[in-house]
Amino acid sequence: MALQQNKSALEVMPRDEAKIKKIWKTAGILLLLTLVEFVFAFTLPRGLLLYVIFIALTIWKAKYIMMEFMHLGEEAKPLFYSIIVPLIFLVWLVIALIREGSDIFIMRW
Amino acid sequence: MSTTATAIGVSPKRGVWGGGNEPLKASYGKLMMWFFLLSDIFTFAALLITYISLRVSFPSYGGPEDTFVGSNEYWPVPELVFDAIPFIHGVHIPLAFVGLMTFILILSSVTMVLAVEAGHRNDRKDVVKWLLWTLLGGITFLSCQAWEWSHFIHGTPNGSLITYVNNMGQTVSEIVFGANLSVNEYGPVNFAQLFFFITGFHGFHVTLGVFLLFLAFYQAAVGVYEERGHYEMVEKIGLYWHFVDLVWVFVFTLFYLI
Repeated sequence: MALQQNKSALEVMPRDEAKIKKIWKTAGILLLLTLVEFVFAFTLPRGLLLYVIFIALTIWKAKYIMMEFMHLGEEAKPLFYSIIVPLIFLVWLVIALIREGSDIFIMRW
Repeated sequence: MSTTATAIGVSPKRGVWGGGNEPLKASYGKLMMWFFLLSDIFTFAALLITYISLRVSFPSYGGPEDTFVGSNEYWPVPELVFDAIPFIHGVHIPLAFVGLMTFILILSSVTMVLAVEAGHRNDRKDVVKWLLWTLLGGITFLSCQAWEWSHFIHGTPNGSLITYVNNMGQTVSEIVFGANLSVNEYGPVNFAQLFFFITGFHGFHVTLGVFLLFLAFYQAAVGVYEERGHYEMVEKIGLYWHFVDLVWVFVFTLFYLI
């Protein structure tokens, strides 16, 4: 960060319309994906296929939020990987606890 | 100690972190915000994966929609539980209200990213404008959640007949209205507990976010950031606010869709 100590007012740069347009486009995509989820919730039969679709759409939305809104893609590569790589542990946790839950289901019912 | 130490405000109570290069090409504050968010991702992931685990340990409700009754024998279908919206009483409008809440939160994330973009351009007017919209979105979302909780706690006019072990250790069969931490009319006791805990923890994050947004809004408006020479605080609070939105996307899918 530059340690500039100029007391004068900062120079206001003009709006970059292309950048702002891209933000609104991303917003449109996020709202569209949510709408698609809604339509699926009422039209498709409940089941494993629907749940997989929902989770895929959710991760897709998460990708847009992290890459476009939080600008993670523009950070230095080591920072990018130090945020993304630890999330691999969650894959294990999901598999382990779904197995655990199904075993409890079998024991209980 | 490095020779550039004079540029950093050196206090006798603190040491000097004398790194010459900026690690990972990010400022200290942004770096630490990212690592805090990573730890928070794990906290929410643990809660949400616990939800999935308990969800698969119960059978789902398999019958037709119009004869649904809540029972602690099976997990309820979300669109049959969350089907109310304010001011319209007793009408079955599934998921509309929570959909509205989701839209509000996503839109507040969009106005936040516009505020960050304005901050990069040192445009105080735009920063203040977009932060105000974001603040409004956050407060609206919290108000919606308060109504949602209140409705969930008070329940439906008919309630459901639930057999459960009460606080005195007796097995009772009675009509239950609404939800608390020991019994609820919608489904197994875990259903309401997880709902309160996870949406509550998320709501707590939103509340903190609203305080931070107000701080940024106030400081931007009175010109603190202009004097400082950069709008990085808006960017850091923005990261936090997007994270809150990110968590809600997962809460929405797991609680209201699956």
